[in-house]
Amino acid sequence: MEREGRIINLMEPGHTGCAGCGQAIAARLVMKAAGPKVIVANATGCLEVYTTTYPRSSWEVPWIHSLFENAASVASGMEACLKAMGKYDGIKIIAQAGDGGTADIGIGCLSGMFERRHDILYVCYDNEGYMNTGYQRSSLTPFAARTTTSPSGTLSWGNVTRKKNMPLIAVAHGVPYVATATPAEPRDLMRKVQKALEIEGSKYLHILVPCVPGWGYESEETLELARLAVETGLFPIFEIENGVVTKIRRPKERKPVEAYLRPQKRFAHLFQQENEQLVAEMQQLADENLAIEEGPARLFGMSSLPEMKNEELDLPPKAETEG
Amino acid sequence: MADLPTWKTINHACLVFTPGNTVEYLTGDWRSMRPERTDEKCVKCGECWMYCPDAAIYIDENGYYAVDYDYCKGCGICAKECPHGAIVMVEECE
Repeated sequence: MEREGRIINLMEPGHTGCAGCGQAIAARLVMKAAGPKVIVANATGCLEVYTTTYPRSSWEVPWIHSLFENAASVASGMEACLKAMGKYDGIKIIAQAGDGGTADIGIGCLSGMFERRHDILYVCYDNEGYMNTGYQRSSLTPFAARTTTSPSGTLSWGNVTRKKNMPLIAVAHGVPYVATATPAEPRDLMRKVQKALEIEGSKYLHILVPCVPGWGYESEETLELARLAVETGLFPIFEIENGVVTKIRRPKERKPVEAYLRPQKRFAHLFQQENEQLVAEMQQLADENLAIEEGPARLFGMSSLPEMKNEELDLPPKAETEG
Repeated sequence: MADLPTWKTINHACLVFTPGNTVEYLTGDWRSMRPERTDEKCVKCGECWMYCPDAAIYIDENGYYAVDYDYCKGCGICAKECPHGAIVMVEECE
């Protein structure tokens, strides 16, 4: 909507996200980089709930929400439809979901989208849990984090599972471009979005977005925590093109994981006497993350042959069939 | 309740036909702390504009980045991230 003296943001203010929401920053930057000629398919999650409280919408671009699991499928359908109608010209399609919609509920549809090689950028906003419904754990919740379904107490110490490695799952599908980013480096994030949109095929972008109520920190710390996640090594920033790691962001100054864990209430139990070895294990995870090297990330059994195309299946443009 | 739409009058599939109409919903009253900028320290770098989760920063007639208090929720990110300390958070009071 037009407002006097204001430029139009593709994701407008007035949404009901929490004060200091990391996802709102990331989503706005993604839209800013993508530009107005995009169609967005959104999975259920925080982003869908707070930007589109009926009868309002924050989006200045065509935007569709269907179900929790099928953002990737809806986007695939839109791409196939636009191609069949001969209208796929300069239009970009973005599918976006939270970590639950990507790694738990929507992973089947996402895998199908990668397999069919649809020309879509899939953006995962990873806030490490189901923050919208009351901070339950997801498969992207990090090791030892406290959530409402993995509580800390005398008999338990938080989430027992490791964070699922979504970028490498995408790489294993033979996706041409996979990258990770945080909103603390907006130019890097926007460059990655623009680069991804120029590549043909399925692209996967994984963005770490700190969550104020879910992680339990003061609202102004959002970007500081995103920065610390990278500097400690708990969230590595890299780009993988055609199965080869091309860029790794090496932190200038490595920080111990305590710097990242200490401000967050979900890790407060790690600093009790009996949980000291958990911090050491987190440090080990961070060290493993920072040990990644540039070079092939391909696994065995993956062919580097060019993609096969069935020409008969490519439908002619609509105008030609009618004429 | 009388002027609320019923299930017979709402748009099919709850479609919204005016894009970006959340701008009608002013979230500024959520705020308990208010960001204030000092013109002498501001170098117009635009970091606050880049980082604001609510897109509540706009460029005013003098070229400075100003806060739209209709939407600012008072999270304090702009004050924390400002590289020149030009923004401070002050208590909101009548």
